[in-house]
Amino acid sequence: MSKIFISGNHAFAEAALRAGCQCYFGYPITPQNELGEYMADHMRKLGRVFIQSESETAAINMVIGGAATGARVMTSSSSPGVSLKQEGISFLAGFELPAVIVNVMRGGPGLGNIAPSQGDYFQATRGGGHGDYRTPVYAPASVQEIADLTYHAFDVADRYRTPVMMLSDGMMGQMKEPVVFPEPIGKLPDKEWALKGRGDGPSRYLCSLILDVMEMERHNWKLVRKYDEIEKNEIRYEEYMLDDAEIVVIAYGTTARIAKGAIKRVRKDGVRAGMLRPITLWPFPKKALADLCARIRQFVVFEMSTGQMLEDVQIALAGRADIVFHGRPGGVVPMPVEFARIIYREYHKMTKPQI
Amino acid sequence: MTAIIYTGPLMTKTAAKHRVIIDTEMCKGCTLCIAYCPKKVLKESEHLNKAGYHYAEPENPDQCTGCLICTLVCPEVVIEVYDE
Amino acid sequence: MKLKNAWPKYYKKGVATHYCPGCGHGIVHRIVAEVLEELDLGRRAIGVNPAGCAVLAYLYFDFDVIESAHGRGTAIATGIKRSRPDLFVFTYQGDGDLSAIGTAETIHSANRGENICVIFINNAVYGMTGGQLAPTTLIDMKTTTTPLGRDPKYDGYPLHITDVVAQFPGVVYAERVAIDGPAGIRKTKKAITNAFKTQVEGQGYSIIEVLSPCPTNWKLSPVDSFKWVTEVMMKEFPTGVLTDKRPGKE
Repeated sequence: MSKIFISGNHAFAEAALRAGCQCYFGYPITPQNELGEYMADHMRKLGRVFIQSESETAAINMVIGGAATGARVMTSSSSPGVSLKQEGISFLAGFELPAVIVNVMRGGPGLGNIAPSQGDYFQATRGGGHGDYRTPVYAPASVQEIADLTYHAFDVADRYRTPVMMLSDGMMGQMKEPVVFPEPIGKLPDKEWALKGRGDGPSRYLCSLILDVMEMERHNWKLVRKYDEIEKNEIRYEEYMLDDAEIVVIAYGTTARIAKGAIKRVRKDGVRAGMLRPITLWPFPKKALADLCARIRQFVVFEMSTGQMLEDVQIALAGRADIVFHGRPGGVVPMPVEFARIIYREYHKMTKPQI
Repeated sequence: MTAIIYTGPLMTKTAAKHRVIIDTEMCKGCTLCIAYCPKKVLKESEHLNKAGYHYAEPENPDQCTGCLICTLVCPEVVIEVYDE
Repeated sequence: MKLKNAWPKYYKKGVATHYCPGCGHGIVHRIVAEVLEELDLGRRAIGVNPAGCAVLAYLYFDFDVIESAHGRGTAIATGIKRSRPDLFVFTYQGDGDLSAIGTAETIHSANRGENICVIFINNAVYGMTGGQLAPTTLIDMKTTTTPLGRDPKYDGYPLHITDVVAQFPGVVYAERVAIDGPAGIRKTKKAITNAFKTQVEGQGYSIIEVLSPCPTNWKLSPVDSFKWVTEVMMKEFPTGVLTDKRPGKE
């Protein structure tokens, strides 16, 4: 198993290829253009489908078409382009079609900038599209995780018949790290439900329109049962130096990498800091967080945003512990020393003898 | 000079007879078949079907030549034309 | 007694459609089912139905169909056809679906010359939502959002989208037909047959625009609607072949 030195954007694509991704549809947008370009270089040579679509909206609808035939399909974009895909993602959820959607986040709102941010947490986890649905959201924090989680995402998408979101950011997309890729998939799963032409059998149709309200309600609760299954089986998080921690950082993605650097720094000075890093943002590791409350009184939430995952932390902790938030939105990438100062400050407030 | 006078009925080639059958419950009373039938075979019924439409029904069934124009213009595929 | 007109195999029997009396959809649906049967395409056909009056077309067609978000039919059809080129893929779209919200998808799927068929039902109005302005609404035509009649100063001009895409190299066959009487209906079936054949032969993209009566929103009887198609609509949208780049036809 050889190591390949590869960028995040390229790793998304290579992992998708190995997972048997049959179709890629996408539109250029910085900072994820390299993903589409890698697909352009490889897909047609492999006899697979690559289209640079006319818009992100068109791309997500091509994804719907490809997914409906049972193919493994992917699209990628960055924040404003992912906004354009929201209708399509809602339709994928309503149709119960599998797909993998990559968002390499940039500064926002509006046109924003092309620097890394984590400003799309709400969009990803609160279902940026309309209607009662959820999508599993994966937040890799390294290029190796990009490779592993993307490969895994196709399985999750197929197993539960759901669109799956990969949440990355402009820095991780560009940075290069050594990666060991999973082996190319052997046999792809059978999809009885896919549309393949009626043949000699009865005709079928795929729709998300359900005019009968009782039936629509049944469908909505059916989706909820599916989401409960996903929540039961698919939560992932990393525990970093939690065993003896007194102050715990919650962060994901690139921010978690920076926080690790901060934690290493403060540990040298005897500050017992640790981190719980959510890897699935939905389903959020609520229980793991809540369990920590038994012995941890102080949490520090770092995000490259004005505070979005913060709300999920607040929900999980339900007021049983203190939370301090520090965010850098707009494309600013903080340094570990900045986070270290925050941890020091809160730790000393916490351990200061009360007079 | 002998004149040949026909006194009996003219013998014409008998065309096959056709019958129009309409699924009156599915008819929506659009009257397109009535308007386009070249032989005025059909008329709007005085009665209503369960959906509340005055359905089409044959008025002069013997005039039907089996041209199938009614089946062409019918949006609901409710007309069947039979060769008798 | 021998039945002269057999029930179309790829059309569901005993299902009352929700279409208004005299609506063109019922006629074109039947034609599509007949052509699929005659060309033996029903077993491998995937239809893409629009948002619009035909949003429930999958309840009437007896072959595989997928619903589409408003306007996105040609993008979905692209995804299906590229993923499974062996399937027979066509869209069935109204004038808002295809030439308002779906304009980009319509133009670019045509520009890529996707090997799909597009059936474009043009009734010059937004039917399902209650009769609003459409890109193809005629000048001075009253709709619920042009209560004083379409005024180019505010509302622009009737859009001839089929004429636009007919010029693209990848569009191999484009024809405008009309549901305005028996002859028009026969021509519509011939045009759809030609279009479907171009996909079977792998020749590229085909689009058939069908001028279609909408008695409810035109506030005319079905019989008068047919006449309105001939006497008024066809003045703005003349029927005829807009492009024929099929090999062998010069």
